Amino acid sequence: MITEFGHFALVLALVVALVQMVLPIVGWVRRDDALISTAPPAALLQLALLTLAFLSLMYAFITSDFSVEVVWKNSHSAKPMLYKISGVWGNHEGSMVLWVLILALFGALVALFGRNLPPSLKSNALAVQASISVAFLLFILATSNPFTRLDPAPLDGRGLNPILQDPALAFHPPFLYAGYVGFSMAFSFAVAALIEGRIDAAWARWVRPWTLVAWMCLTIGISMGSWWAYYELGWGGWWFWDPVENASFMPWLAGTALLHSALVMEKRDALKVWTVLLAILTFSLSLLGTFLVRSGVLTSVHAFAVDPERGVFILAIMMLFIGGSLALFAWRAPLLKQGGIFAPISREGALVLNNLILTTAAASVLVGTLYPLVLESLTGDKISVGAPFFNMTFGPIMLPLLVAVPLGPLLAWKRGDLAKVMERLYWVTALAFIITVGCFAMIERGPWLAPFGMGLGLWLVGGALAEPAFRTRLFRAPMADVWHRAKGLPRSAYGTMFAHMGLGLTVLGIVATSAWQSEKVVSLKTGQAENIAGYKLVFGGVAPRSGPNYKEMVGLFTVTRGGALITRLHPSKRRYAVQKQGTTEAGIYNALLGDLYVVLGDQLDNGSYSVRIYFNPLVRLIWIGTLFMFLGGMFSLSDRRLRIGAPKRATLPAAPVAAE
Amino acid sequence: MTGIQSKNLLQNYPRIFVLMFLGLFIWGGVGCGPASAVEPDEILKDAGLEARARVISSQLRCLVCQNQSIDDSNAPLAHDLRVLVRERLTAGDTDDDVFAYVVARYGTYVLLKPPFNINTLLLWLAPFLILVGASFMLYRGYQGRMVAEADTEIDALSDAERLELDAILSPSSTSSDGDDGPDGS
Repeated sequence: MITEFGHFALVLALVVALVQMVLPIVGWVRRDDALISTAPPAALLQLALLTLAFLSLMYAFITSDFSVEVVWKNSHSAKPMLYKISGVWGNHEGSMVLWVLILALFGALVALFGRNLPPSLKSNALAVQASISVAFLLFILATSNPFTRLDPAPLDGRGLNPILQDPALAFHPPFLYAGYVGFSMAFSFAVAALIEGRIDAAWARWVRPWTLVAWMCLTIGISMGSWWAYYELGWGGWWFWDPVENASFMPWLAGTALLHSALVMEKRDALKVWTVLLAILTFSLSLLGTFLVRSGVLTSVHAFAVDPERGVFILAIMMLFIGGSLALFAWRAPLLKQGGIFAPISREGALVLNNLILTTAAASVLVGTLYPLVLESLTGDKISVGAPFFNMTFGPIMLPLLVAVPLGPLLAWKRGDLAKVMERLYWVTALAFIITVGCFAMIERGPWLAPFGMGLGLWLVGGALAEPAFRTRLFRAPMADVWHRAKGLPRSAYGTMFAHMGLGLTVLGIVATSAWQSEKVVSLKTGQAENIAGYKLVFGGVAPRSGPNYKEMVGLFTVTRGGALITRLHPSKRRYAVQKQGTTEAGIYNALLGDLYVVLGDQLDNGSYSVRIYFNPLVRLIWIGTLFMFLGGMFSLSDRRLRIGAPKRATLPAAPVAAE
Repeated sequence: MTGIQSKNLLQNYPRIFVLMFLGLFIWGGVGCGPASAVEPDEILKDAGLEARARVISSQLRCLVCQNQSIDDSNAPLAHDLRVLVRERLTAGDTDDDVFAYVVARYGTYVLLKPPFNINTLLLWLAPFLILVGASFMLYRGYQGRMVAEADTEIDALSDAERLELDAILSPSSTSSDGDDGPDGS
């Protein structure tokens, strides 16, 4: 009954979305305020209906109602509650419902909190948002209905893929989707601005918070996925340039560029046309990501939907929205007036460099991801574009940007002075230099580029701190004075500091673990020991253990350093009964300078076990860095300017051709 | 561009999906578990050779897996390939010899780093071309903006506008309507 109720709510949501798509635009054309004002309540109603649909699907999962096909295929009565719930979006149908739910959530938030928006911009943006909703609701109802019943109902379900039964992965998709879908707000505002044919600096101020929220969610989502891969896939890798990873990374790169270009637009009224285009491109990449993952066109671990009908449908949606918005852009963009000019060496110039490099990087990843697909369909030749290609191209592209990041925030708007900026970074430069030389002196093995990488990471971290330090006159004024200035600094300045510091920490982690990882692949008998990075691991044998829905063999390792007990590690090999699949659970010890990482392999013929032991130096900085980026986003979001700094213009009548 | 790509995608859907289905089937069947793969008994005594073997392995695709190198996969085929690579190295092959040997048997698909040839020309040049193209457009845009700015500063008024302005500004003109100014004088 509740399932049918959910189905009904889903259909009603489609109807409401249709209304929300059509009425505001008609109202805008006819200058009918009553029609224009239908958009916000429709957005709220749509969210309410989709929440009902989502909750009824969740109810079916929680109560293990196997008469619902999706539940039967993806759940099992013996599964822990957390994974019953995460099972709702751990499959194609449910994840699409989550997708539109988040879409509606963003729309409703704009309806609720967008009070200072001009009514026509707000309702047009909501109409565009609703059109995306309509397309995906049609897609769900036509090809991926989560409420399909089975008769007779099976006795038990088939279970969720074991490697997906993991806390980090349970929350990875919601964050990722909030990021993907959140960029739809920037897209909707961009298209609405194009429809109205006018855009100003205030537009950037309205769009930035939504883009920022989406970007923060995407950052955390990608980071969670990478963290999961690190400890679950069992060889300490954290990024594989897998097409599906690329699918989420491309919108992240473009979204990062968008955040920075919107900054120029807000402060200096420049780069307007480019910012609008970037907003469209960012969401286009999100749609492409959805297509790549949902259609299963790229074979990979993540692609669990294998159905051409769905692929063609999403492809059609993608072409409609990307093609339509780009056509609208080509038609209407010339109407948008360009704003202030600036010298190449200036804050704006630095942000343009940021955009140039980030979009080039995103485009290169795009080419690398789609090239094998296109080549095969054109010529039939099969090639692989794997990690070595991306490492060779992505790294060199990003390098100049990483070097330039600390300079940007210190440059003045309009016309900057590079020499003065370098003067302020004097100490940071010296520190980065010392670290580089120190790495060369202390570590004899590893690639010769790695010490420079460490210097670069420190340059980023120090550079991020340099700007607030300069503005608060740290070490140059009495502490009380510094404190006073620090309190007066806008939150966005701290946002920049934390985000750029996070980037530096991530670079340090990537460089250190890529260059200086140690690895031992050995066969151990009970009682035998192995040394790595100053630690001694004694193998204490293997014991069986049972979990809620799996059995596992657990290895016991006693870790000592200089005779003192450090920890005991319990890597295991799990076997899930329902799916007849196994997973490896690594034993990880987080030491100060890196992770000790032990994986239990198979039993060999002579009774010993094959064991892999790694020491991954500074690897956690990769994810700690992303947390800093997230924190930076939080600071920026809490900035006064975004909360109450509504420009006066917002209250003026905003009819499209008000001044006749 | 998008249109052409998409059309070909559409046409190739059945094939791609059959391949994918087979891929999934094989993936379940031959056990490319997600776990690191080099086994203790495979490792060569000569540390130098072993290091080279690891580098080569990380650039060869496990053909029955999904986007895994043979260094990362514990599928039997990956094991066989790892052993093969080590045999060739022990026999005195250079790294290039080993790659050539494997490619001759499994095709270029096995290389995770695609070779530079006519088929992959665009792939390898793409990042460079995109950067140069974008920089060029940026430069043109910047120049255009500077020229436009110069125009607006120096040559902002057309003759008609100047007449109009004179008419408005001249003390003799009593007409407040700008349009009538030039006609009336």
